[in-house]
Amino acid sequence: MIDRRSIAGYDWLLFVVVILILGIGVVSIYSVTSASEARSPLYMKQIYWIILGWVVFLVMAWIDYHEIARFAYPIYAVTLLLLVLVLFIGRTALGAQRWLSFGFFNMQPSELAKISLLLVSAKYFSDYFPKKGLNLRQLLVPGGLVLLPVLLILKQPDLGTSLAISSVFFSMVLVIGLRSKFLIYFSLMSLMMFPFLWQFFWNRLRGYQRERLLTFVDPTNDPTGTGYHIIQSKIAIGSGGLFGKGLFGGTQSQLKFLPESHTDFIFSVFSEEWGFVGIFVFFMLFFFLLLWGVEIAYKAKDVLGSLLAVGIIGLISFYFLVNVGMTLGVMPVVGVPLPLVSYGGTSMVTTMGLLGLLFNVKLRRFMLFY
Amino acid sequence: MRKDHSIMRESYFPQEETRDLQSRIYWLFGLIVLALCGLLLRAWYLQVVKGKFYYELSENNRIRVVETPPPRGLIYDRNGALLVNNVPSFNLYVVLGDMPDQTAALSRLADLIAMPQEEIVRRVTFKKEDPFFPIKIKDDLTMKEVAMIEGHGLDLPGVKIEAEFKRNAIHGNLAAHLLGYVGEITQAQLESGSYQDLKRGGIIGQYGIEQTFDAVIRGIPGQKRIEVDALGHEIRVLEVNEPQRGNDVFLTLDLNVQKVAEEALGGRNGAIVAMDPKNGEVLAMVSHPAFNPNLLSQGASSEAWEAILKDEGRPLTNRVIQGQYPPGSTFKIVMGAALLETKEASPASRVECRGFLHFGNRNFRDWKRGGHGTVDLHKAMVESCDVYFYEMGNRLGVDNIAKFSHLFGLGRPTGIELASEKGGLIPSTEWKRQARKEPWYPGETLSVSIGQGYVSTTPLQLAMMTNVVANKGVSHPPQLLKKIRNQETGSIEEIPTAEGKRIPISPETFRVLHASLAGVVSDPQGTANGSKSQFVSIGGKTGTAQVIGMKGGAHGKLPDKFNDHAWFVAFAPVENPKISVVVLVENGGHGGSTAAPISKKLIEAYLGIAPPLEPITVKSPAPPPSAVPSEG
Repeated sequence: MIDRRSIAGYDWLLFVVVILILGIGVVSIYSVTSASEARSPLYMKQIYWIILGWVVFLVMAWIDYHEIARFAYPIYAVTLLLLVLVLFIGRTALGAQRWLSFGFFNMQPSELAKISLLLVSAKYFSDYFPKKGLNLRQLLVPGGLVLLPVLLILKQPDLGTSLAISSVFFSMVLVIGLRSKFLIYFSLMSLMMFPFLWQFFWNRLRGYQRERLLTFVDPTNDPTGTGYHIIQSKIAIGSGGLFGKGLFGGTQSQLKFLPESHTDFIFSVFSEEWGFVGIFVFFMLFFFLLLWGVEIAYKAKDVLGSLLAVGIIGLISFYFLVNVGMTLGVMPVVGVPLPLVSYGGTSMVTTMGLLGLLFNVKLRRFMLFY
Repeated sequence: MRKDHSIMRESYFPQEETRDLQSRIYWLFGLIVLALCGLLLRAWYLQVVKGKFYYELSENNRIRVVETPPPRGLIYDRNGALLVNNVPSFNLYVVLGDMPDQTAALSRLADLIAMPQEEIVRRVTFKKEDPFFPIKIKDDLTMKEVAMIEGHGLDLPGVKIEAEFKRNAIHGNLAAHLLGYVGEITQAQLESGSYQDLKRGGIIGQYGIEQTFDAVIRGIPGQKRIEVDALGHEIRVLEVNEPQRGNDVFLTLDLNVQKVAEEALGGRNGAIVAMDPKNGEVLAMVSHPAFNPNLLSQGASSEAWEAILKDEGRPLTNRVIQGQYPPGSTFKIVMGAALLETKEASPASRVECRGFLHFGNRNFRDWKRGGHGTVDLHKAMVESCDVYFYEMGNRLGVDNIAKFSHLFGLGRPTGIELASEKGGLIPSTEWKRQARKEPWYPGETLSVSIGQGYVSTTPLQLAMMTNVVANKGVSHPPQLLKKIRNQETGSIEEIPTAEGKRIPISPETFRVLHASLAGVVSDPQGTANGSKSQFVSIGGKTGTAQVIGMKGGAHGKLPDKFNDHAWFVAFAPVENPKISVVVLVENGGHGGSTAAPISKKLIEAYLGIAPPLEPITVKSPAPPPSAVPSEG
């Protein structure tokens, strides 16, 4: 099934890049958890998640994406059902109701929502492709498709995931384009509506969510509370300097000044130990990954493949930008993981699956000539 | 499916629609790259532009420098008897920065140690600038308290117990004013610049020897650089500079003499100072009432301080150097020297004493109603005849008296190395014109002549006067320190005796003075004859300082606090003086009966003569109390 031209298309380089990024994650997790007294080998667990991730990658690459897209609407429907279920019988943890328990295993329907929304949006837009760009009427149905899960996830509450799902949709809309007349109209409307919308959303935010946004504006406002994360993260990254403090030398993270250092703030750990040079290398790896995805979107054989690739790029970029921006203190703390790097199985499996789908699109570029 | 079908027919070239997408994919890509560059710039700003700033922040975050206070040097007496040492103590500190819920933690703490919460809060709010500065809450925890706090350690973040040394005056109140106490450096002291190597919370001498020789005794604080985690828990020690213990000092004080003096004074208010006239060494210094230096060194509570400050007996006043009293008849020593030196009188000059002297419009009374009869200098000294000195003072004039007073060291600080020494006052015509804007009246000279009126001196000044007489004209400044033992090398540095100053008074004058002062004790008529020693010749002079102007004979009819102050100044042995003593008993009445016996005990104790036990002194029974002459 794998064509020699795929190999010729320097995909091996992509594998090296992905493995390097995964390696950075494992090493950083190892570094930050090795100092803790618990000595739970979290890095080993992460390695298991990576292995599972590759399995999911292969599965997602294997089945023709057209076949997958055929089930877009049923998957979407199941997702909505689960999201509604989670509101009623979901397991509550850390003040949010996100998990459904299936006895031996807990699942987070909001993770599934990312994939199903990616599929359903790509499917819808490729079926009804607006050649001259979208107008308001054409935006109503897909907009509704997005808004339903977004609102349900916001209710859990999980601001990060609802924003992530929106980013899939918006990256597709950006690529398809809006009609210029509509664009102007829409912008004016948004501008006029802004105070009301702001009011609407602000009132619906939870106390801590508001606090996070306010703290983002001025972290020193609450140095021991919400602002603590941002301040400590900036100190950790800043003190890394040009060349970093060296592996296991990150005093801020090792001494637990930095909370959640192995999950959401793993980038701060890495930056403290490897410095700007490390950040630069890390960015180059991600840049290469995105470049690879953009090339797939560009050369994809059909609109469906192209839009799938665009959505995946949008989603991964969103996570990357928001997470890194958060640790650097230029984005509010919304609690999203750094894809492929943060500790955690859900994020790992989802991201690897998305990369598999991306690879799937690339594989099927030439498929039909044989 | 229509779509699937179209795919089947698709050529190598992409669909028309995908070409529409292609251009905008670059827009998306461009946007993402722009954001990546923005973040990279941000990282550059944090790590390279502000890298140093954040690096320092991170170091301060994790490294704390903890001062380790040095044990202070020990204080010994001249013979090596230990006076002040350090004993271990468990002290309680709080670090507010490590205390997430201060109110709850402090109230829990108040329950564990017997201390009202308000007192804790007061101490905490007293200094709050640096949240990571450990604030001392309580000294000297009991073992039970230590166990309680250690047991609740997890519920009490930011609370810690440090094993430290506390200053301990072994003999409690003994020589409290001389030894002094230590205390935390004050804000004013920090800002003064005289304690440049000290930080907040440092312990320095605040009074007495501890204060004066603080630089010698204090030692050098050590430093411990420790790495802490986000909760302030010590992870490991990075660097230790051990503190350097302060040097030990040996005072000129003689513990034995001091003890005898304290015991002899008993519960009465007063002052005693004993010196070695040959070198100015202070052998004993008593001021009563005293305080417990340990109480003050270990941070007395606000109530305890209040009580000390409000005490009417003024226990914090060192009466030896700060008490200013009229010297009374002890002043007649200066008068005698002035008479002989100015040749206003010879030893043979006589004055007729009939119990008073009529001068101006009033009668100046002698303390002895019937008078002393015909009096020469010797008899005037021995029996302390006032009329003789009225007459002679008039001849001398106040300015001559002032001149000789100053030669003997009266009216000016002696320069002893203790803080806040007072100068007293020796009046002169010049002084009165400037201070009172009035001329000097001749009648006032008569009061001055018997050590009353404007004259005031400190006990220490009278000791200096006594030294000059004992030494026949050589005066050494008072000295408190005998030697210093260097803590590092163990070497001992002897403090040299300051060179004596010879005052311009002839040996002949001193010979006459010695004879008459010896007579005060040895002559049956002498005012201090009751304190004559079987073992050693003592020269001395009694004095009674009027607290209020009183006609004679009113004693005993007024409350004690209006009683006269009793003085006795003495030196012994007369032939080769080794000790001089000044005793003041406030409201003690007659110098001869209250002050002189104390001097005798001190002298005998210092010269190593066993104080005669009462039952053994059968050979020469002490005269009955009624036979003890008193003077006025």
